[in-house]
Amino acid sequence: MTSKPAPQAAGGGRAGMRKELPEHFKAYKHVWVFVELERGAVHPVSWELMGEGRKLADKLGVQLAAIVLGGPGEAVRMAVSEAFAYGADLAYVAASPVLDGYRNESYTRCMTELVDTYKPEILLLGATTLGRDLAGSVATTLLTGLTADSTGLEVDADGSLAATRPTFGGSLLCTIYTLNFRPQMATVRPRVFSLPERQEGRGGPVIEHNFSLLEDDIVTKILQFIPDRESSKSNLAYADVVVAGGLGLGSAENYQHVRELANVLGAEWGGSRPLVQRGWIPADRQIGQTGKTIRPKLYIAAGISGAIQHRVGVEGADLILAINTDKNAPIFDFAHLGIVTDAVRLLPALAKAFRQRISPSTHTRMAM
Amino acid sequence: MHIVVCIKQVPDSAQIRVHPVTNTIMRQGVPTIINPYDLFALEAALKLRDLHGGKITVLTMGPPMAEESLRRALSFGADRAVLLTDRIFAGSDTLATSYALSEAIRKIGESFGPVDIVFTGKQTIDGDTAQVGPGIAKRLDLHQLTYVAAVQELDLKAGSIAVERRAEGGVQVLSTKLPCLITMLEGTNEIRRGSIEVALNAARAEIVTWSAAAAGIGNTAKCGLKGSPTVVKRVFAPKPRSEKAFQIDLSGLGPDAIAESAMAEIFKRLPSLEKELTQTLQG
Ligand SMILES: Cc1cc2nc3c(=O)[nH]c(=O)nc-3n(C[C@H](O)[C@H](O)[C@H](O)COP(=O)(O)OP(=O)(O)OC[C@H]3O[C@@H](n4cnc5c(N)ncnc54)[C@H](O)[C@@H]3O)c2cc1C
Repeated sequence: MTSKPAPQAAGGGRAGMRKELPEHFKAYKHVWVFVELERGAVHPVSWELMGEGRKLADKLGVQLAAIVLGGPGEAVRMAVSEAFAYGADLAYVAASPVLDGYRNESYTRCMTELVDTYKPEILLLGATTLGRDLAGSVATTLLTGLTADSTGLEVDADGSLAATRPTFGGSLLCTIYTLNFRPQMATVRPRVFSLPERQEGRGGPVIEHNFSLLEDDIVTKILQFIPDRESSKSNLAYADVVVAGGLGLGSAENYQHVRELANVLGAEWGGSRPLVQRGWIPADRQIGQTGKTIRPKLYIAAGISGAIQHRVGVEGADLILAINTDKNAPIFDFAHLGIVTDAVRLLPALAKAFRQRISPSTHTRMAM
Repeated sequence: MHIVVCIKQVPDSAQIRVHPVTNTIMRQGVPTIINPYDLFALEAALKLRDLHGGKITVLTMGPPMAEESLRRALSFGADRAVLLTDRIFAGSDTLATSYALSEAIRKIGESFGPVDIVFTGKQTIDGDTAQVGPGIAKRLDLHQLTYVAAVQELDLKAGSIAVERRAEGGVQVLSTKLPCLITMLEGTNEIRRGSIEVALNAARAEIVTWSAAAAGIGNTAKCGLKGSPTVVKRVFAPKPRSEKAFQIDLSGLGPDAIAESAMAEIFKRLPSLEKELTQTLQG
């Protein structure tokens, strides 16, 4: 399905102005993925990007490099070997005390040094709080283009990166190019792409970058890091089963049926944005364009109409079951299974059915 | 103390419709609002002024009608409003936008006194990039504090600030020096209602209106379409799924029976799920 470009679209008229890439940018080659390492762990979005970066690099016939920054110690080395397992051909590494714990100043400096030295044509980062903080600074320093929150990455026949993202509040998608500048930068949200298969035993060259910035040169200091309480953490983005509710549930009390079913299924719970706005659920439980993107095996949506902003966050689910009293609700356009009924009555019945089927012995424990 | 708060007038995207045939956005008649994320930035600035005194300048780049949003910001209590408006800004991407805004902030500093803190919202609801704040910080060499949930301490004498910043998996407490740029996290405060007097003044206030030239922007090649390295090539509606949802038959059934057939249908389509669920729950 092709459609005419909207006349309002920024840059719509410039497509024909495409010029040849300036000579000094022609040296820019290879695809880079920034590996987000914090407090000893790599954010899974980095491996999701590695999978996608692999495809781009193969299409372009170039190499895929992992960029790993961090403090001195084991964590960086472990992240590098993981990067190879997830598809990297080589790794650029900078280990320095000033890179222990993310700070904009030190990371921006180090990334721009690396780009200026080794010249990638494509640079991908996760659209996490860290990745978005870093990408904006790096792109501005390099004066190149950056497409934020991309949902699709392709290379064109001429080898340029085509990044697709939602626009105008998510009701439309647009495809964005970076003309005449390198590297072409894009960020991608967690869970937009699936995790690639690990391949054990892969390896490759590791290029150590000597990063000379000293602590005294950095103005911003990390005074403290307060980890989120384990109990308050939601693992929505990475859950196998998610149960969510919408305004159709009618009240915060009725929302409890969502939690009960989630509990029975060992699932995560969430909801549409209006529930956050009404204070029925915390903000980190919001699913959709301005909340979490999820890719569960099973997604159960109760009393949710299926607005486009919600849809873009859940379309990666393998199986979507929608419960809605309105048979014309838009959610039935993208759900796989539909039940036209009152969710407030059906949710407890579902909880009962699943409880009996999958955990008959833990009946009382799960019924809390 | 002098704070600049950057705001953007955006279409209320809850009310945007897409033309079913041409796939173009129907913006006519869609009301505009201040980007909701920016209100958290404005309120955070107002709170700092409550504690430390000083002045707040709100700044927007946009068409002449963006004046409306500035007046609204004044009615919440901002002291001064600057509208940066010029046709050469049309079609700006994030890089070009951060250039224009940073030049305007420079000029605000020259005209109305040095700027200690620049506030922006976390992102806008129409662009959603969260990149303009970091872009301004970089161009003006301001210390960058994004996703800030709270300002813990501001010491104007020492020129230092400490904030709580939302990071992945926790909160970073950061200290840095002024001048700095803060992008404020949503849900961290609630915008106040200005008094009647403030609202009346806002209606009469003079909006400082600058063209590119008036803002001292010499290099127009860095503005608008010309200054934007990215280009939008195609705008299109998401592809509908080819088939509609399979409806579970309900005829004459009560909730328990419907639940049973829903469960059966789920396990039929996801055969491995039943085993996994049983394992995780009993393991
Ligand atoms: C910039 C922007 C970003 C946004 N981001 C998000 C986002 O990230 N996530 C998100 O979810 N939304 C987002 N929204 C809001 C979105 O546009 C919708 O308004 C929202 O998703 C609707 O929530 P809802 O489906 O719960 O409520 P409604 O649209 O009010 O739908 C309620 C549904 O419940 C059904 N119903 C009523 N009674 C029952 C019953 N007893 N049993 C079963 N069904 C019943 C109704 O038929 C209806 O379909 C965003 C909006 C904007 C403008």
